[in-house]
Amino acid sequence: MTRPIENHSRRRFLKGAAGLTLAIYFPWSFAQNAAKREAPAATFEPNAFLRIGEDNAVTVIAKHLEMGQGTYTGLATIVAEELDADWSQVRVESAPADASRYNNLNWGPMQGTGGSSAIANSWEQLRQAGAAARAMLVAAAVQRWQVPADSITVAEGVLRHTASGRQASFGELARAAAEQPVPEQVRLKKPSDFKLIGQRLARKDSAEKTNGSAIYTQDIHLPDMLTAVVAHPPRFGAMVASYDAEPALAIDGVVEVVAIPTGVAVLARDTWTAKRGRDALRVEWNESAALRLSSARAFEQFRALAETPGNVAREEGDSEAALGSAARTLEAEYDFPYLAHAAMEPMNCVIRLNGEGCDTWFGAQMQTHDQAVLAELFGLEPEQVRIHTLYAGGSFGRRASKGGDYILETAHIVKAIDGRAPVKLVWLREDDMQGGNYRPMFHHRLRAGLDAQGQLVAWQHRLVGQSVAAGSPFEGAIQNGIDATSVEGAANLPYAIPNMRVDLHTPGDIGVPVQWWRAVGSTHTAFSTECFIDELAQAAGQDPVAWRLAMLEAHPRHAGVLKLVAEKAGWSQPLESGKNGERRGRGVAVHEAFGSFVAQVAEVTVESDGRYRVDRVVCAVDCGIVVNPDVVLAQVEGGVGFALSAAMNEAITFTDGNVDQSNFHDYSPLRIADMPRVELHIVPSTAAPTGIGEPPVAPLAPAVVNALAAATGKRVRRLPIGQQLSG
Amino acid sequence: MGHFMITLNINGEEKSVAVAPDTPLLWVLRDTLQLTGTKYGCGMSLCGACTVHMDGQAVRSCSTPVSAAAGAKVITIEGVGEGVTGKAVQQAWQGLDVVQCGYCQSGQIMSAVALLDGNRTPTDADIDQAMGGNLCRCATYVRIRAAIHDAARSLA
Repeated sequence: MTRPIENHSRRRFLKGAAGLTLAIYFPWSFAQNAAKREAPAATFEPNAFLRIGEDNAVTVIAKHLEMGQGTYTGLATIVAEELDADWSQVRVESAPADASRYNNLNWGPMQGTGGSSAIANSWEQLRQAGAAARAMLVAAAVQRWQVPADSITVAEGVLRHTASGRQASFGELARAAAEQPVPEQVRLKKPSDFKLIGQRLARKDSAEKTNGSAIYTQDIHLPDMLTAVVAHPPRFGAMVASYDAEPALAIDGVVEVVAIPTGVAVLARDTWTAKRGRDALRVEWNESAALRLSSARAFEQFRALAETPGNVAREEGDSEAALGSAARTLEAEYDFPYLAHAAMEPMNCVIRLNGEGCDTWFGAQMQTHDQAVLAELFGLEPEQVRIHTLYAGGSFGRRASKGGDYILETAHIVKAIDGRAPVKLVWLREDDMQGGNYRPMFHHRLRAGLDAQGQLVAWQHRLVGQSVAAGSPFEGAIQNGIDATSVEGAANLPYAIPNMRVDLHTPGDIGVPVQWWRAVGSTHTAFSTECFIDELAQAAGQDPVAWRLAMLEAHPRHAGVLKLVAEKAGWSQPLESGKNGERRGRGVAVHEAFGSFVAQVAEVTVESDGRYRVDRVVCAVDCGIVVNPDVVLAQVEGGVGFALSAAMNEAITFTDGNVDQSNFHDYSPLRIADMPRVELHIVPSTAAPTGIGEPPVAPLAPAVVNALAAATGKRVRRLPIGQQLSG
Repeated sequence: MGHFMITLNINGEEKSVAVAPDTPLLWVLRDTLQLTGTKYGCGMSLCGACTVHMDGQAVRSCSTPVSAAAGAKVITIEGVGEGVTGKAVQQAWQGLDVVQCGYCQSGQIMSAVALLDGNRTPTDADIDQAMGGNLCRCATYVRIRAAIHDAARSLA
């Protein structure tokens, strides 16, 4: 197939701007960087996404953040496939912040990573980038060997002319390839010709992440750098009234104490001294505008709101009339707490001002957003803010920070000391846990009606919760009072139900900062819809899989994963029974998120005292063409564990405006003993790839809770599950 | 508290540092010696990201005052691959591509090496016990378990 190169703006950078694609030459001196920028005459840089050196290294420039999801490996695989590179010669480097070259094509003119879009939006772009480079290498060989292009083969990083026995590596042809014209059109491979895509290629970041050499923000040391730890207000909305810096400044190694809009920062030569200084500070807070929320009271408020109609996200037929005439109606309410992302690397950022602008190092997830935020504060042009995107020690949505909270905080500290020294802001675990930007708490109320034959004829779903998109660069997702991310998974419920209404209340005055959290709206909508459907199947006396399938005729990809998971989990055979006193159960859920389809069957064992464990999770996925099945498996395993963690134990709660949790003793993520066995089955597909980082999170909690209901008869409708089965 | 000279043995090398004696070993490793493979996660021995070995035992360096490390042989992720067990564990980790974000993995590997040094044939229950103090927010636990078994087989 032949396709035009779509991103013409890229071509401006093909020649003469070579150095601009050098991302992090790490990090000691900008002068060194500048020297390297002038050096790469011997390097072939056909476009913004790769560079081939005379040393035969193929360097793929990744515009997306590697936060664990394996995107460096996936992005590099796509380039290497069309280039016919050898996987061992491929390296990955992070791209600089630049919306003109590195924007997320799903997002418009903005660079960033989220919504499980990295592979999906890069698919065509990187295939074209690889294919264009390959064509230029072939053209160089044609010129050198004076043979027809179609007599040259390329495989595993080597060009060959079989008839004459000539061959050359990419490195040997790099300089000549750089002189070739950039092709206007490139031929992309047929999927049946893929050699790397679909294979289990080794991750590119494994070695450095197993020997301690991978560099995260926390690991940056710059000459003369100061480390900052901040005294944050105890409640959101409080301000510094006054502070006494003397006890902090009395500590050997504390260099400076400065007030910033978000608190008081203590700067020291090292992290521990900065922490001791922070702990020694005496700060008086002005709490006149502070949050006084209590979670219990907020849920009461949400329940009261749920008594009144909200903004309509979907309306079909007449659900009210259909409920009135139904043979049987059911109603259920579901409660979801705030959740912290609690990435293992707490939020942090390094900023250094210099004569030309500023350099920043962090796990940047929305590079051009953060760039704009920093440029505005410092009075710089965006291109004067150079972002060096490092590995992130987890994110789960947290580093895609609305308004750049911790990044902006770092900048305020740098500004407060007039840029005299580079600053590394370190949030301690407690700062991170209590720093907000949580998955919002939600209340759902569902009502449904069955006719005399047990058919589902009416469905009403009301949601109450804060908007994640509000105040973010994605505010456009809010239309007619509906934040699409609040109702995703609910407004597009796939089941064929003749009368439906989905509506939403978005309380705007809560005062708790909220943000996207891995799988976003589907973290709650998959739970309420798939638990309620399960309950209705039971009420109708139907098998939960068969009943769903009967309503999914118009949604073959949902049906496809559901059938596959049922087959692989042995749904039609009885579950092996438990040992003495143990009850066992099996539950199912299916959900679409970010264009991918996931079904899971969970098997649980409940002991006589109500303690339970999830033994096994069988998962079926349809995410289009699979670039790397092992990375998909890793995301399914991790997504299951991340979702189970939240379902079992996680909650951020408030008492009189204070966050009740502070560290891993009272916000306790899943540990190894609670991790179930995970099996993955992939639906073969020729569709373009969709995401896999978030979709496996969505159906896990409903599958588990449906399994617990099958085992015990008790339906948990409030997350986390906690001790609810023990009562 | 004033600063004192303390001599440490890190990965077989003698290092003298001038720090307050109650400074956690973690921050001496990271900030003073710039051995940044050992990670900060919680500061309260809750997550295991800071795990190092002191005389062969896995300890949480975030809660170990540097003074307690004087005279001990300290091994960090940067040095653990010099040992037979450490090398086997790192190879098993790479063979299965255990890592995702990778931030906790130094600590996971240090705990796994300490486990295998004391028990060459750990059961799943042994692994749950020995690794229960190491959080992985990416939930790479399936592969951590499998990699420990792989390493045990390669060491047999």
